[in-house]
Amino acid sequence: MWVQKQRNIIDFTISSLNRRKGKNTALVLVYTLVVFLLASVMFFTQALKREASRVLRDAPELVVQRMSAGRHELVPKKYLAVVETIKGVSSVRGRLWGYYYDPVVGANYTIIVSEEAGHAPGDITVGSGVARARAAASSDIFVLRTYDGATIPFQIKNILPSDSELVSSDLIIMSEPDYRRVFGTAAGYFTDITLKVRNAKEVGTVASKIVSLLPDTRPITRREILRTYDSVFDWRGGLVVVILTGAVLAFIIVAWDKASGLSSDEKKEIGILKAVGWETSDVLLMKFWEGTVISLCSFLTGILLAYVHVFFTSAALFAPVLKGWSVLYPEFRLVPFLDPYQLATLFFLSVVPYTVATIVPSWHAATIDPDSVMRS
Amino acid sequence: MYVAAGSLVLCAAFFHAAYQGAARNAELETQAALVRDLELTDLCLFTEARYARHPSQADLHSAFQDHPLSMEHFPAGSLIQPQRMMFVPGAP
Repeated sequence: MWVQKQRNIIDFTISSLNRRKGKNTALVLVYTLVVFLLASVMFFTQALKREASRVLRDAPELVVQRMSAGRHELVPKKYLAVVETIKGVSSVRGRLWGYYYDPVVGANYTIIVSEEAGHAPGDITVGSGVARARAAASSDIFVLRTYDGATIPFQIKNILPSDSELVSSDLIIMSEPDYRRVFGTAAGYFTDITLKVRNAKEVGTVASKIVSLLPDTRPITRREILRTYDSVFDWRGGLVVVILTGAVLAFIIVAWDKASGLSSDEKKEIGILKAVGWETSDVLLMKFWEGTVISLCSFLTGILLAYVHVFFTSAALFAPVLKGWSVLYPEFRLVPFLDPYQLATLFFLSVVPYTVATIVPSWHAATIDPDSVMRS
Repeated sequence: MYVAAGSLVLCAAFFHAAYQGAARNAELETQAALVRDLELTDLCLFTEARYARHPSQADLHSAFQDHPLSMEHFPAGSLIQPQRMMFVPGAP
């Protein structure tokens, strides 16, 4: 009996919505767009943060930079010896890495030295983004200009796999002598230091010992690196907050329009329903289903479109914004991730307020005498 | 009818996300191995400025990198937030 009644009211609601097809379609489109935008930002930032925490969990445990006048300074070898004396430190290494501007394509590359890669002088490995920017293939010659204006031809030994672009797109890996030749970094100097600590709980203590022994240094722990990616794409900051504000304001206008009153047609409809024997509770139920149908359709469509946008098209609409002035931009596909908590938040921020906003004015109209509502 | 179909597709999206998460595990492992071997510290998302390429390694004066009154002008700067320690001294 109860189910039958609900079905009848839903049938009537849908036919009532169909009578105002144009208005309701426009409403659903705007509503879907708002949800799509909000969900796209949420999915993208959440997936990126998740991937960062997964991929960077093996980042160096502790990086030590040397600072001078607010800028990074090369670290002399004697600093490594000092750090090595600290109790709890198991290994210390000097890292060599730097940035290289390529005037041919206008892109910035990150050049690093890796002992594991075992490059012979003259050989390099490049990231997929670099290979794409320079239309280079394996075994091609890649010319780099050194600090003193000379040019050195390198041979591309390998191209890093394209599915690692998110971390390696702009990398050029070379041997230590080549690096020192390109940048003019004197022997015995490094870009920064990485170290391993025997007991992970002692990282903080080791970091403070380093600062007390070498006051011009700045230690960065792995926890800080991971926290950076938690905060840089926080929804409360940057452009994300601008998009969110715009979308939320648009939604408030839509909801306000609904809540501020009914059209004369809608009031007339309520009046007629009351006159033919509908009770106030039935009218409210009909309006509840009307709000639910519109908001649920928009919510589901918006969410699904956002899912396709972020995980199937690699957030194609955001790409121009993300690229900014970068010439070299990684091509990556984020691993899909849906967080029920986020979906629930979005649901309660969109569906519930809208549904409530449609019921309140209807309750006002439904409690007035049907005769006066129809005449108004 | 539409709501029911949409809910079904949403459920399918959950399954797709779970399946892809497992299927692309190897891909993430490759990236993690690269990070470990090359001692990388950051994602390669923005290559336009050094502090946007390596946000975790950026010095605390990046916004004034050129001269004291030079304001942040790279588009990436409007997308990503400064690290927490810039606002809260001593915060990790």
